[in-house]
Amino acid sequence: MRFSGFRVLSEALKGHSGWKPLWRNPDPQPFYDYVIVGGGGHGLATAYYLAKTFRQSRIAVLEKGWLGSGNVGRNTTVIRSNYLLPGNGPFYEFSLKLWEGLEQELNFNSMVSQRGVIYLFHSDWQRDAYRRRANSMALAGADARLLSREDLKAMLPFLNYDNARFPIHGGFMQPRAGTARHDAVAWGYARGADLYGVDLIQNCEVTGFRIVDGNIRGVETSRGFIGANKVGVAVAGSSSRVMAMAGMRLPIESHVLQAFVTEGLKPIIPCVIMFGAGHFYISQSDKGGLVFCGEIDGYNSYAQRGNLPMVEDVCEGAMAVMPMIGRVRLLRQWGGVMDMSMDGSPIIDRTGIEGLYFNGGWCVGGFKATPASGHAFAHLLATDTPHETARAYRLDRFARGYLIDESGAGAQPNLQ
Amino acid sequence: MLIPHPVLGLRDAREFAYLGDARLIDRPDPSAPDAEAAFCDYVYLRDNPAGAHRELWFHEHGDHSWLVVTRNTITHEILGAELAHDVALARKRSVK
Repeated sequence: MRFSGFRVLSEALKGHSGWKPLWRNPDPQPFYDYVIVGGGGHGLATAYYLAKTFRQSRIAVLEKGWLGSGNVGRNTTVIRSNYLLPGNGPFYEFSLKLWEGLEQELNFNSMVSQRGVIYLFHSDWQRDAYRRRANSMALAGADARLLSREDLKAMLPFLNYDNARFPIHGGFMQPRAGTARHDAVAWGYARGADLYGVDLIQNCEVTGFRIVDGNIRGVETSRGFIGANKVGVAVAGSSSRVMAMAGMRLPIESHVLQAFVTEGLKPIIPCVIMFGAGHFYISQSDKGGLVFCGEIDGYNSYAQRGNLPMVEDVCEGAMAVMPMIGRVRLLRQWGGVMDMSMDGSPIIDRTGIEGLYFNGGWCVGGFKATPASGHAFAHLLATDTPHETARAYRLDRFARGYLIDESGAGAQPNLQ
Repeated sequence: MLIPHPVLGLRDAREFAYLGDARLIDRPDPSAPDAEAAFCDYVYLRDNPAGAHRELWFHEHGDHSWLVVTRNTITHEILGAELAHDVALARKRSVK
C-alpha cells in the first residue's frame, strides 16, 4: 500500500474504508538470523536498513511495549548536525542527509521541516566558540552561518536583546537543521521494515540472553526462547538493565529529561531557538504548541517523570530570553529516560560476546541520530565492521582514552 | 525531593550537588598491579540499577557534608541518608 495524494483523495471519496494497518502483528518464529531488541526509532531503523540496504533476511524486532513507546515518542523532535568534534560531525551530517530524503525513502510523511536551528550567543568568547564550531562543521560537510545582532532582530524581533545579564550579541545558525514528526518516524520505519518482511513483535520482553561459550544463541523472552545468529540491542534508556543480563557493566547512567508543550498559538517562532546562557531551547509544533526543554534533572532515574525544580529552571530560562511567552499556559509535561554516557557521545559496537552488538548511550540527542544510527548499526550487524561515520563510537574508547567529550564535562554523566 | 540529613533534618534536594554511585568512595589502590584497569572501571563503569541506589550527594548550600543517600530510581522515593564520613569509617577507610 503506497501513500499518495491520489490515494488520500480516492479514500476520501470512499469514506476511508480502504486503509489497512501499517504493519502485520506476527507471532515470533523459533529462529531468526537477526534479532533487534528494542522497537523504538533506532531499533526499527536498524531493522529497516538491515533488510533494505544490506539485503539480510529473517529479521525480528522485539519490543517490550508497543512500537515507539519509549524516547522516540517523548522527545522534542529537533534534527541538526552542528557538532564540533571529528568523531561526531560526519556521523550527524550523514544523519541529516538521510533525514532530507526520509519521506521519499519511506513513502511516509514524517513532516521533516528544515526551518533552521539558531544558537544565541551572549559574549565574545561564546561567539568565538561558535565560529570555531561553524568551521568544524564546514569540514564535516555541514552548513553553518553566523548571524549579527541586526540579522537576528530582523528574524526574531521578540527576543530579549537587552537582558542585563545575558544580552544577545548574535546567533549561530544551521539553516538545514529543523524538526521532524517523532512518532511518524517510528511508524514510517516500522512500516518500511514490515514491507521488507521484518517481523515486528510487540509485547515481547527480553528476559535474558542465551550465551554458550561466549557465543550468542538467542534471547529468552516473555513469549519463549527465540534463537538468533546475531542479536543487536538498541534500548537506550534501559541499556544498563538489558546488557546486565549479558553480564556487562556499561559506561552509562540513566537520567530523566523533561519536556514541555504549551497550548496552541498562531505561528510565532519560525525556527528552533537555543538560549546560549542557560539550557533552554524552543520550537513551535505544526499544531501550534510551543515545544521546549532544558537540562536533565541531574540524578539517576528510570522514572520517566521529573521533579519541579527543573520545571522552574527551564521556565526561568524561557522568561530570560523570551518574556513574551510568560502568559502562555503549559499544557503537558513529561520525562524520558536518557542513557547518559561518560563522555556524552553514543556507542555503536560489538561486545565481548560473539554475535551480540550494542547501540546506546545517546544521551539527550538520540532522535536526530535515528536514521544514521539505524544505518550504522545495520552496517555493523551485517558486515561486522563499523560504518565509516561511526568508527569513533567504540565501547573500548574509555579504556583507550579516546573519549568524544563534546561538552568537555569529563566522566560526569549528569553534566553532559 | 527532601533528603533526611542525619544532622540537619529534612533538606530540599536543591541544596545538594549530585555526584553519583556511592561506590565512588572505594577508590582503587593506585599501587596495585592492576591499578590501570581498576581505575578505568572506577571512573567509567556503573551498575546503574533500576530500584534502590546508594549515591553521593554534597550539601553545597548547607553544611558542606557528603551524604550517602539511598534512593529508589524508579519512584524517586528516598529510603535513607547517612554521612559519607560514617560510611567510610565503617569500611575502615582512612578519613581525611
